[in-house]
Amino acid sequence: MTTVETRVETPAPQADPPRSVARSALRSALPIIGALVGFVAVWYLVTYLVLPAKQRFLLPPPHEVYGTTFSNPQLMGPMMEALARSFAVALVGLVIAVVFGISYAVVMSQWAWAEKVLYPYAVILQTIPILALVPLIGIWLGYSFLARVAVCVIIALFPMVANTLFGLQSASAAAHDLFTLNKATRWQRLVKLQFPAAVPSIFTGLRNAAGLSVIGAIVGDYFFQQGSPGIGGLLRVYTQRLQMEALLTSVTLTALFGVVIFTIFAVLDRAVVGRWYGRVAR
Amino acid sequence: MTKRFPTGTVALTDVSMSLDSGEFVTVVGPSGCGKSTLLRLASGLETATGGSIEVSARATSYVFQDATLLEWRTALRNVELVGELRGASREERRSRARAALDLVGLTGFESQHPRQLSGGMRMRVSLARALVAEPDLALFDEPFGALDEITRLQMQTELQRIFRQERFAGLFITHSVSEAVYLSTRVLVMSGRPGRIVAEIPIPWDYPRPPELRYSAEFGEITGRVSTALGEHS
Ligand SMILES: Nc1ncnc2c1ncn2[C@@H]1O[C@H](COP(=O)(O)OP(=O)(O)OP(=O)(O)O)[C@@H](O)[C@H]1O
Ligand SMILES: [Mg+2]
Repeated sequence: MTTVETRVETPAPQADPPRSVARSALRSALPIIGALVGFVAVWYLVTYLVLPAKQRFLLPPPHEVYGTTFSNPQLMGPMMEALARSFAVALVGLVIAVVFGISYAVVMSQWAWAEKVLYPYAVILQTIPILALVPLIGIWLGYSFLARVAVCVIIALFPMVANTLFGLQSASAAAHDLFTLNKATRWQRLVKLQFPAAVPSIFTGLRNAAGLSVIGAIVGDYFFQQGSPGIGGLLRVYTQRLQMEALLTSVTLTALFGVVIFTIFAVLDRAVVGRWYGRVAR
Repeated sequence: MTKRFPTGTVALTDVSMSLDSGEFVTVVGPSGCGKSTLLRLASGLETATGGSIEVSARATSYVFQDATLLEWRTALRNVELVGELRGASREERRSRARAALDLVGLTGFESQHPRQLSGGMRMRVSLARALVAEPDLALFDEPFGALDEITRLQMQTELQRIFRQERFAGLFITHSVSEAVYLSTRVLVMSGRPGRIVAEIPIPWDYPRPPELRYSAEFGEITGRVSTALGEHS
C-alpha cells in the first residue's frame, strides 16, 4: 500500500497593514465636526429667522457670543480653571468607578449566590434618580470635592459593573469545559479565560462610564458649591445673573469637554480591542 | 452505564463499551441520542447515574464540535494553554506547542490569531491543542461537522495519519457514515433516545488509508451495512 501524506502548502502569513491611531481618531472625529457645523447653522437660523429682533438677546448669534467671551480674559480665565477642576473630579470619579466596578463584577462572576446578592444593589444605584441622593451626599460628604466625586462614581458605576459582568460571563460553555478538563484552578479560569474574554466589554463599559462621569462632575459642581467652582458651578452663577454670552460659552465648553472625553475613549476602545484579536479594527 | 439528567431526560440506557489503546472507535447515531453525553461521561465532565466507567488513560484530551479557541491568543499560545494550566515551563510548553502545530501542518501560522485563520485551520489548531498533551485517550465530538466537504476530507486524511503516528485510543462521534468507516477500526451504531448500542461493525483496513479507499467496492459495502443498521433503529 502506498503512503499518502497530504500537507497543505502554506503561504507566508500576512498581517493587515496597520492603520495609524491618528487616522482612526480623525475618522471618529469627522461625524462630530459635521454635527458641530450643523449645530451652528441651526443656531444662526433660530437667532435671525425665528426670534423677533426684540427677543434676540435670548440667543445672540455665535460670533457675538464667542467674540465677546473668548476675547475677554477675565471671563475665560476662571472658566478654563473651572473646567480643569471639573476634569479632575470626573477623572477621579471615573478611576474609582472603574476599579470598584470591575472588582464588584469579578466577585459576582465567581459565585452564583454573590451575583444574586450583589446585583440588586447595582441596579438600585442605577435606577434611583441622582437628584434624590444629592441632599444626602451633601450632608454626609460636605459640599465640595468629595461630594462631587461621589456623584460621578454613582453615575458611572453601573455601566462598568454591567459590562464587565457580561464580559466575564461571555466565555462559551465549551471553553469552560476545556478549562475543567485541564483541571484549571478558579484563579486560572479567571485570569486566563473570563477576564481576557471580558476585555472588549470592559472597554465598552469604560467608554460609557467616561461620558457619564463628565455629566456627574457637572451635576456635582452644580449642586455642591463650596470651595472653588467647577464649570457646573459657573453655569449656575451665569444663569442667575442672566449673562447669556458667558452662559452659552460655558455650555459649549461643557459639551466639547464631554465630546473630547468620549472620543478619547472610543478611539482607545477601537485600538485596544482591535489589537486584542490580532488585527486593527476597521 | 446509564445517564439520566435532573430534567428527567434519559440520554443513555445500558450502554456498554470498551476501548483499547491503538483502537479508533467511531459512534454514529441519530441526533439527540446521547452521543455527546457518552463523551462527556468518558471525559469525566458528567458522572453516570448508573453503572460504572473505568478510564485508565494517563492523559485524556477532548476535541469540541467547534474549535473553541481563545480569540485573544495566537495559534501557538492557544496550543500552549494546556501546558500553562498544567504548570509546564515556558520553554517546554512552547517547543511542544510548535511540534504539535507542525504535526497538523500549521508551521508558519504560529502567530496568527483565530480570526485570521480559516475554519479548517482553526480546527487544526484545536487538534494540535488536543495532541500536545500526548493523550492516550482522545475524544472527538463531531469535530469536522462544521467544515465544508473538501476541508472535511482533508482533515480525515490528516487525522488518520496522525492516529497512525501517535497511537492513542480514539473515540470519535460523527453524523457521517463514510467519515466513521474511513477513520475507525470499529463503528458503533446507536439507537434513538434513550441511546443504546445496537450494532458494532469492525473495519478491516490497516493505516495509513489512502483517500481513494472511499471509492472502493468494499468501502461501499461497509458503509451500506452501517447505514442499514442506523436506519433500522432510528
Ligand atoms: N445538561 C443536560 N441537561 C438535561 N438534558 C440534557 C443535558 N445534556 C443533554 N441533554 C439531553 O440528553 C439527550 C442527549 O443529548 P446529547 O447532546 O448527548 O445528544 P447527541 O447525540 O450528542 O446529539 P447531537 O447529535 O445533536 O449532537 C438530549 O435529548 C438532550 O436534550
Ligand atoms: Mg452532540
